[in-house]
Amino acid sequence: MIKRIALLLLVLSGTASGQAITADIFKGGNTPNMAVIDFRSSSGGGYMSTFNSTLFADLQDSGLFKMVPKSFYPLQVPQRPEDFKPASGQGLAMADWAGSPVNANYLAYGYTAVQNGQLVLYGWLYDVAQQNAQAAQVIGSRYFGTPDDAGARKVAHEFANDIIAKFGGGTLAGSKIYFVSDRTGAKEIWVMDYDGSNQRQLTFYKSIAIQPSVSPDGTKLAFVSYDKGTPRIVMLDTVTGRPLQFYNQQASVNETPSFSPDGKELYYASTAAGKEAQIYASNLNGTNFRRIGVAKAIQVEPKVNPKNGSQIAFAQGPKNEQLFLMNTEGANVERLTNGEGEAASPSWHSDGQHMLFAWTRGYATGNWNVFLMDVTTREYDQLTSSAGRNENPNWAPDGRHLAFKSNRTGKWQIWTMLANGNQLNRLTNSGNNESPVWSK
Amino acid sequence: MKKRMRMLKTSGIGIICMAAALTIAGCGGKVKPYTPPTPTVGGGVTPPSDNGSLKPTVLQFTVEPSVIERGQSATLRWSVNNATTISIDNGIGDVQSSGTRRITPAETTTYRLSASGPQGVVNGTTTVTVTNPAPVTTPTPTNKSTLDQEVNTLLQDAYFDYDSNQIRSDARDALAKDADSLKKIFADFPTASVIVEGHCDERGSAEYNLGLADQRASATKEYLVSLGVPAAKLKTVSYGKERPQCTEATEACYQKNRRAHFTAAQ
Repeated sequence: MIKRIALLLLVLSGTASGQAITADIFKGGNTPNMAVIDFRSSSGGGYMSTFNSTLFADLQDSGLFKMVPKSFYPLQVPQRPEDFKPASGQGLAMADWAGSPVNANYLAYGYTAVQNGQLVLYGWLYDVAQQNAQAAQVIGSRYFGTPDDAGARKVAHEFANDIIAKFGGGTLAGSKIYFVSDRTGAKEIWVMDYDGSNQRQLTFYKSIAIQPSVSPDGTKLAFVSYDKGTPRIVMLDTVTGRPLQFYNQQASVNETPSFSPDGKELYYASTAAGKEAQIYASNLNGTNFRRIGVAKAIQVEPKVNPKNGSQIAFAQGPKNEQLFLMNTEGANVERLTNGEGEAASPSWHSDGQHMLFAWTRGYATGNWNVFLMDVTTREYDQLTSSAGRNENPNWAPDGRHLAFKSNRTGKWQIWTMLANGNQLNRLTNSGNNESPVWSK
Repeated sequence: MKKRMRMLKTSGIGIICMAAALTIAGCGGKVKPYTPPTPTVGGGVTPPSDNGSLKPTVLQFTVEPSVIERGQSATLRWSVNNATTISIDNGIGDVQSSGTRRITPAETTTYRLSASGPQGVVNGTTTVTVTNPAPVTTPTPTNKSTLDQEVNTLLQDAYFDYDSNQIRSDARDALAKDADSLKKIFADFPTASVIVEGHCDERGSAEYNLGLADQRASATKEYLVSLGVPAAKLKTVSYGKERPQCTEATEACYQKNRRAHFTAAQ
């Protein structure tokens, strides 16, 4: 508790990015305690520190475990299954790891050797609550690489990936990111693989196509197009690439479409009521629309809470755009951000509790950064800083990575990273790119 | 003398005999007259160009290209044999036996070449066809382009404060003038309508700015309507921050973008 408040104070004073909230988002409910010994090589080699730091970081970054600090470890560590004794007290019994002060649920251990010129990793993962080795073994595998730093990293990554996979932490392989690019001379909707490969153009209006949003099952894409003169919502079948019917209300602006968590409704902002943009919901083809937001203010970017389906986050202004919550009836309106700067781009985590958004708090107007907030406590972490402007954050399907746009390299590009700032990757490099949405 | 000598070119003996005959004659004493040998026909002898035994012929009389547009030029080309006088009509006149001449006739013209020599006269003709040039699409002052001109020159932008759609006092002045200009424009072009565009500077979020720029366009239209401009003739479009007219990160540029702008409806 004290640590949390201390971190909070640091965050408010703007000097620390804070890990408290970010760490929270990785708690799906079940984060087992993981102990990982420092592996040694039976053949010497100066690459073991690379191996150990890679293995530990991968497991920690996955967010699936609570890593037990190595200072709690027993004096002796097992390196092979035969090292285990029923009762040791020194670290060679499973009970030594399951009990205090370690209190681990799982232990990753093993050793490396150079055999026939190859680096071989012998890695085991044990459920240390079990009674014997046979019951305890979750993983017992060999991994191969070159006997150097690169090979050490490789086998560490592979072992870590096997462990992560056991706990349901899927890879991002196969997932796609829809985004906007102006590289052809006009803003169009594009799509690419999660790692930036296979970038391909989806719309060819040669007008302005912006604000893509993908349905939960990935089969539909809604976006905004000026092809008929004023901004209107277009619905696309992602499988065929063809437009589906969508009835736009008669309005000067129809924008910021997003899908309800059950995929049956579309939420959007419209000036149909004659004055400011207000939040509406409708069927997927635009029929049966109903007004939700009633405010003498500009309301945009409605996003329904994926956990309860009944709460909407949205952006509203003036004065200075902020984030708000209300229910799907338009009641229980409350402001989420604290009134400072300008806030936009809310993106719910699947846990319905954490939210990514863009905020200018702490900086001059127009200088946006990506933030992560715990909606229940209103505490937040700043995830980007001193690196140009950073906006449009959206979660990856794994709930641990996010995509966003940044102009830190000059033009706007799409970047991805883990919520703790690691694994920062730039995906685009042509034209200006924005508004990434990540689909499974 | 020369002719004969030429005819006897191949007969070297003949020449020597001639010379011999002349010299011998000069020395006194009679010499039998020498009969020159019969010239071989076609024996590589080049017929003289003005050989009277050949009729004049037109070897070539053409014009290239044979079809031109009015205003373009073509080239007459001719070659004539065995003629002493060659002339071409249509103002060209006497010419050499072969040559070219650049012509620029105003309409389809048939040129007639006449070649005459001792053996007769021969004519040749060639025709150059002159077509009407494709009509030049000079933009006759259509109603649309003059409407564009009037809209672009007469209607001033109205500027706004940050995050605001309020009509400032400087905007009121501009729009008062615009109201008068619009009345004139709609009197000149009774079927025209004008678009009021709303814009924002680049600092706010794009989605919010789409809504704010819409308000700016609406507020501007409302103000103009309150000054008597017919509402049906004003359409509004919000461009948010999608169509900036400048991109510098300066307050001057930001202010330029926070505006309502007018364009003629298509």
